[in-house]
Amino acid sequence: MTFNRRKFIAVGAATAATLSAPRVLADNHGKPRVVVIGGGSGGATAARYIAKDSKGAIDVTLVEPSRTYFTCYFSNLYIAGFTELGDISHTYGTLAAKYGINVVHDWAVDVDRDAKTVSLAGGSVLPYDKLILSPGIDFVEGAVPGWSVAAQNKMPHAYKAGSQSELLKAQIMAMPQGGRFAMVAPPDPFRCPPGPYERISMVAHVLKQTNPTAKILLVDPKEKFSKQGLFEEGWERHYSGMIERVGPDFGATNVTVDPEAMTVDIDGSVENVDVCNVIPAQKAGRIADMAGVTDGNWAPVNAADMSSKADPDVHVLGDAAQQGDMPKSGFAANSQAKVCAMAVRGALTDSKVFPAKFTNTCWSLIAPDDGVKVGATYEATAEKIAKVDGFVSQTGEDAATRKATYEESVGWYAGITADMFN
Amino acid sequence: MTARLLLPIALTAILAAGAVRAELAGDTAAGEALYGQCKGCHEIGQGAEDRIGPHLNGLFGRRAASHTGFAYSDSMQRAGVDGLIWGFDTLDAYIENPRALVSKTRMSFRGIKDAQDRADLLAYLRRFSANPANIPEAAPTARGTDHTVDPAILAIQGDPEYGEYLSSECVSCHQVDGSTEGIPSITRWPQEDFVVAMHAYKDKLRPHPVMQMMAGRLSNEEIAALAAYFKDLD
Repeated sequence: MTFNRRKFIAVGAATAATLSAPRVLADNHGKPRVVVIGGGSGGATAARYIAKDSKGAIDVTLVEPSRTYFTCYFSNLYIAGFTELGDISHTYGTLAAKYGINVVHDWAVDVDRDAKTVSLAGGSVLPYDKLILSPGIDFVEGAVPGWSVAAQNKMPHAYKAGSQSELLKAQIMAMPQGGRFAMVAPPDPFRCPPGPYERISMVAHVLKQTNPTAKILLVDPKEKFSKQGLFEEGWERHYSGMIERVGPDFGATNVTVDPEAMTVDIDGSVENVDVCNVIPAQKAGRIADMAGVTDGNWAPVNAADMSSKADPDVHVLGDAAQQGDMPKSGFAANSQAKVCAMAVRGALTDSKVFPAKFTNTCWSLIAPDDGVKVGATYEATAEKIAKVDGFVSQTGEDAATRKATYEESVGWYAGITADMFN
Repeated sequence: MTARLLLPIALTAILAAGAVRAELAGDTAAGEALYGQCKGCHEIGQGAEDRIGPHLNGLFGRRAASHTGFAYSDSMQRAGVDGLIWGFDTLDAYIENPRALVSKTRMSFRGIKDAQDRADLLAYLRRFSANPANIPEAAPTARGTDHTVDPAILAIQGDPEYGEYLSSECVSCHQVDGSTEGIPSITRWPQEDFVVAMHAYKDKLRPHPVMQMMAGRLSNEEIAALAAYFKDLD
């Protein structure tokens, strides 16, 4: 068979058309489309960076059911009275007005990865060239027997900030004098590793002011927890005698609750409590499961660009991702979002792609002006996001250092929320 | 309203203590060494220009926030309107504890607790002021160097586009709009100062653990790229 030049050109053109077809067909305006599901630290950052840096060359849609977003970080400080709920709430107007992001307040209810579409509860269908999932967490059903979302008003989790935070704070303020606050802490891995222990600190601070004979029972299935030495030193210094931690040695891996009776059963020993903060075991937000990109509770990703191991056109950010060494934190999600945004822009518009770098720092407040932090830098390897270097606050630091650390965390809060929403 | 009332009270207290404060004679050589803490932000001497902070030539006798061309904090502007004039006593109080005198000053400086150190520093600063008139004009002073960064490193021309990507790690904490709440601003930081500071973190000369970690894994080219990006940031 002869392969004449004319035919060769025709075949070549057809091939080129096939390769470019998904971009062209998916888009009525001739622009590639990115759909981001979840408007938190990962999703809002990714949407903002793609829209900002592509300067209009990429069509970005952000799907987020809430019109007002409450950051989980600093919600413990709200419980302690160091900040108002309004100070940790954010809206999406600037993302729409300044960067042209199409902000859709609706639930994503299905992802068709073959058709490359996202279905919304309201009935709309959004086509995408690249899909970014940043859905945060959901709770593992039956993780704490006796507890379910139906019981979350009796025993709040307050691990998705907003009304739950307000409820938990109200219950703490209404505790009888000398009453008992209990927390059922989650097993690893979970959102914000120091979060439960910062919360214990903040609850202790409030109770010390308003209810000094009250007691705190921390039921924790883990042998060890984040910044343990720092928290335990702080609890002894600020809240001596107030906090009792029951670990796995004393049955904390076998806990059930009864929200009607307000009891916690620790391996057969039934404790009466006045407030019970149940933080169940966690998994990726459910849309990740519906998209078919999870393996077990989380969604495995490639470290270099946060793409799903199941689909190169789907990226997963933040708490939902199983990426390696980074903790599940807002800072980490924000960091991952920037790597992902760069990779997505590079794939859709041929902009430069630089090597992935990741960072995390988690600040926690133990008492007024007593802040501590832990952080690390990371790089992408073939297997995972791998830790490069890190640091943690030291026990016995002077008051000025701790105060500066707290003030730094306030500065960071302003910085990261501006990086997401402004 | 409270802030406006507080300043005159603070000034009154300073004036009452003035006799004690002014008696310490300063050593300009020791002051010059102490000025090393200031010159990351404030230039002084011949050809001095505004940087992170205003230049400090002719400081004595100047009303606070009155040097044109520098964007002062609202707090500092209010202090100027309220009558704060920079002299020995007011500067002494300010550098002892900046926020005690100007509560929301952008000057990110812990203060100098030792009275003799402050007197030394002020003696040095006074050399660059024609007013009060009995202080002689300072000799032209070359801009000192307090770093050992290789000139070849300082000469690297950074790629601002790469800097923009790398900067996404910085702006999780350092706000682009120049806010300084809890964390200092790095927006429009002069390029050389930026490079010198980052190498000081990298070499663990500057103490902050987060910055030591961040700078520690940046190459010379990456630091130059960041400096090139931040110097012109709007």
